[in-house]
Amino acid sequence: MFENVSIAFEGKTVLNEISFALPRGETKAIFGVAGSGKSTILKLALGLIKPDSGRIWVLGSEVTAMAEEELYDLRRRIGMVFQESALFDSLNVRDNVAFRLLEEGNVTEEEVEKPVHEVLSFVELEHTMDLFPSELSGGMRRRVAIARAIITHPEVLLYDSPTGGLDPVTSTTIIELIVKQRDVSKTSALMVTHRLQDAFMMATHYFDTKTGALKELPAGERGEVPMSFLILREGKIIFDGDRHELATCADPYIREYIS
Amino acid sequence: MEIISPTEFAKEKIQAVQEFSLLAGRSISNLFRTPRYLADTIQQADLIGVGSLPIVAGAGFSIGAALALNSANTLQRFGSLSLLGQLVSLGMVRELGPVLTGLMVAGRNASGMASELGSMTVTEQIEAMRALGTDPVKKLVTPRVVSTVVMLFFLTILADLFGLLGGAAFSVMTFGIDWHQYWSTAWQILVFQDVLMGLTKPVLFGFIIATVGCYYGMTARGGTQGVGRATTQSVVVSSLLIIVVDLFATRLLMSLFAYH
Repeated sequence: MFENVSIAFEGKTVLNEISFALPRGETKAIFGVAGSGKSTILKLALGLIKPDSGRIWVLGSEVTAMAEEELYDLRRRIGMVFQESALFDSLNVRDNVAFRLLEEGNVTEEEVEKPVHEVLSFVELEHTMDLFPSELSGGMRRRVAIARAIITHPEVLLYDSPTGGLDPVTSTTIIELIVKQRDVSKTSALMVTHRLQDAFMMATHYFDTKTGALKELPAGERGEVPMSFLILREGKIIFDGDRHELATCADPYIREYIS
Repeated sequence: MEIISPTEFAKEKIQAVQEFSLLAGRSISNLFRTPRYLADTIQQADLIGVGSLPIVAGAGFSIGAALALNSANTLQRFGSLSLLGQLVSLGMVRELGPVLTGLMVAGRNASGMASELGSMTVTEQIEAMRALGTDPVKKLVTPRVVSTVVMLFFLTILADLFGLLGGAAFSVMTFGIDWHQYWSTAWQILVFQDVLMGLTKPVLFGFIIATVGCYYGMTARGGTQGVGRATTQSVVVSSLLIIVVDLFATRLLMSLFAYH
């Protein structure tokens, strides 16, 4: 939960007194033009940067009041997928994905191998185990980053432009994985994106565990999937609601944005 | 080039010193906190220590030989050529061994650390590490500091030895000094304080090399150009600090050991 959070970089206000809440199990897509502070929200939520004013609570802890040492424990309960994947280039896929488990220490080879296999099969990249990030395509790197983020079953996931710069087919694959994670693991998530179609796809589809594929919601239903939208403009939140509210919003800027 | 006011410039520099001091302090305080990353420390020790062996040995041999050649010329004028072993020994153990090794390792490893950590910083890998709940100072900086301090200590001993060997080789071959005489005088002149001074310095220099290299890496900004800049600065600053700290350390240690 963000409460009156403001932050400025080099004298330029990026976020100005913003407040919003992310209910448990919900995925909130964050939109805004470049430089509007979307990625900053994710970094603030993780405590990677501190706001100039305001308070932020994540999983019941006040991030803004915690010291860096205390934040490490909280961050272990949160998964983050970076814009450019940020995989460790000197480690292979296996070690990248297993990073959190290995850092916790006192784990046997078997205790590492099993979850690594599980998450890599979740993102359908089991065959890349021994490859290095430089040997993977952009889409594969993004999927490995998702696998690394979810290996410890975090309670909150933060996605920073997970489909940015990817072709439509790969983007759809990534969105399917995010929906799968949302509907199977019921993980709360903040997702920064430029692609409105991705968020609408997430709001209109659900993961069918029987068929193992995405299915479109029947027309006319609402509130069926835990998905909401948040739009930033000039440091302020100008919209925070579900897809139906977004579709009927009269604000001319928003109308232009979603058209 | 952007022009900034003197006040802003001073603020930036003070902030940089503050950040460097915090990083250096945390790299030490992390020694008393778990996890301790022993495997990373050993890996770094291998990279820094074993990797620097040939250059340190080669440079030590050459500087020892050059010292013998230069000193012989002066000693010959006073008819004291037999003191050559003593001069090379004292010069290498107290001053040239530690400084030379420090400068060689700074050139090789401070740059390596700055470029490696700098690349990680600009590609968000350091941020990702923090996001994954791992303290990058504990995981990346402390092992480098520990391994550089330990390995520089041993590399300095090696440089001293090769320096003495170089001096011996040229003393025997060029000036006809007896091999045994050279080594016995070189050995006898050394007192405990000389050795202690010569081995205190690499501890300080190792700390400077690792903390400066890591600091410039962790604060690199501006893509590949920023990494290049960080690499250059790390070598310049660590080399300069080694020379300046050497002066003050020599003065302080001489006072402590009551040298006259």
